[in-house]
Amino acid sequence: MPQVHDRGGWPGAGPINQAGHDLSMWEQRTDALLVLLSSPTKQLIRVDELRRAIESLPPDAYEKLSYYERWISAIETLLVEKGVLTKEEIDRKADEGKVTSNE
Amino acid sequence: MDTRFQPGDTVRVRVDSPPHHFRTPVYIQGKVGRVAAIHGEFRNPETLAYGGDGLPRQPLYLVHFAQSDVWGQYDAATRDTLFIDIYEPWLEPVEH
Repeated sequence: MPQVHDRGGWPGAGPINQAGHDLSMWEQRTDALLVLLSSPTKQLIRVDELRRAIESLPPDAYEKLSYYERWISAIETLLVEKGVLTKEEIDRKADEGKVTSNE
Repeated sequence: MDTRFQPGDTVRVRVDSPPHHFRTPVYIQGKVGRVAAIHGEFRNPETLAYGGDGLPRQPLYLVHFAQSDVWGQYDAATRDTLFIDIYEPWLEPVEH
């Protein structure tokens, strides 16, 4: 049984939705964040590690999350794994963001 | 560069599902194709994915397969071909 990301030839998967859409600001920021974290000077995250972290998402989460939601989830996993940030620090900052966006 | 296979060689993709990250999709495993080209040697994504150095580098091949061999029911043009990049440890020789 293939893992959730390894879906070439899955029966009944249907056609791929190839419609494009404009990227929101947080999606562009997520992309920029990975470019910075994987830059030759930083080298905190390799693209291979990003893939591995995305593939390690629980199957239901993988199906539910959008493309960049998978990215940011994987980036969080890797930064915590590498000791760059703690889960608590990330959650605290995310909570601050909620307050700011309500103002 | 020391490679196990040469362009034109017939190869079979190993069937495996290691517990770690790998790049060889399940749909191509067990299928027989031919080496079209050698891309070069690259660091191994299977260890790079866990913060390793990816060494030793692994030869990466461009391998082609008849689509009708890959899919059980394939009713399009019989000459349709699939090209896919596969690292050397995933390939085994096929005796003629």
